[in-house]
Amino acid sequence: MDHHLILRVVTKLLVAPILLYGLYVQFHGDFGPGGGFQAGVIFAVGFILYGIVFGLRRLRKSFPDYFVHRLVALGVLIYAGTGVVNMLLGGNFLDYNVLAEEGYKGQHWGIIAVELGVGVTVFGVMMAIYYSFAGRPPRLDDKDW
Amino acid sequence: MELALTILLFVALVATALTIALVRRLFAVVMLSGVFSLLSALLFVLMDAVDVAFTEAAVGAGISSVLMLGTIALTARSEKRPERYSLVPLAVVLLTGGVLIYGTLDMPNFGAADAPVQLHVGPDYIRKTPEDIDVPNIVTAVLASYRGFDTLGEVTVVFTAGLGVVLLISGLGRRIRRRREGAD
Repeated sequence: MDHHLILRVVTKLLVAPILLYGLYVQFHGDFGPGGGFQAGVIFAVGFILYGIVFGLRRLRKSFPDYFVHRLVALGVLIYAGTGVVNMLLGGNFLDYNVLAEEGYKGQHWGIIAVELGVGVTVFGVMMAIYYSFAGRPPRLDDKDW
Repeated sequence: MELALTILLFVALVATALTIALVRRLFAVVMLSGVFSLLSALLFVLMDAVDVAFTEAAVGAGISSVLMLGTIALTARSEKRPERYSLVPLAVVLLTGGVLIYGTLDMPNFGAADAPVQLHVGPDYIRKTPEDIDVPNIVTAVLASYRGFDTLGEVTVVFTAGLGVVLLISGLGRRIRRRREGAD
């Protein structure tokens, strides 16, 4: 897409706000609409937009495949790990009350942790799926569209 | 006002769906399914389900369109014309739709106070969230805390789906094999 000057300029302007918005949705999910699922998708959209306009190769340089694949598993680990930490602290699996002295504060920490896990996994999966689809040699030329 | 908007959105939704069924150019179909998702998201907002609307707009209109375009790039850009038209699929669709609509006649009205969903655990969540968890978004409280186990299951489903796609079509195995052969 080297010849699409407008697309490239607009994309450069848009990527940073999209990523910032993704982070906002991630960490503001317990106060407004949103949460890990949506944040992971929005965060991935920012990178995918960059990949579409500037080429998959440049995107893969900053986010290599192996890194994305590890993120997919890392999210589930964060989520389940939060549950295990609760058990080590003497509570039930995913019972966040034990994470702080007061129950509701522990709940806040627990929710932030598991939402982070959800976000990381969803981000990783979206990127991995995009890489899988876009990484194969296409049968259509740019002109065929 | 809200009723008029709802009717307008539903009419637009049906029109989009019919157009999707008729159009043969797959690029147009992908764009129209994005429109379909946005319209559904607007409907969810009208029903006060902002979290669902958010997800629908991000996943349905955003990511799905990109993945569909990626699929078109790998396959073909227009649908094949069927060799002969058959009435059986139409009959099946009409019958299923009719049964579904008949089924909804038994359901409580939208937002009815005596609907089962408002009487079971819902009131408890609404009453207890401020003291138990103290977050303003009850949806998040239910999703991440009260029903944390279910959400863990959902994340595992997403994980498994991603794993399946990567294993099946990313060509990772081929690349690893090639690297191994190169090393030998």
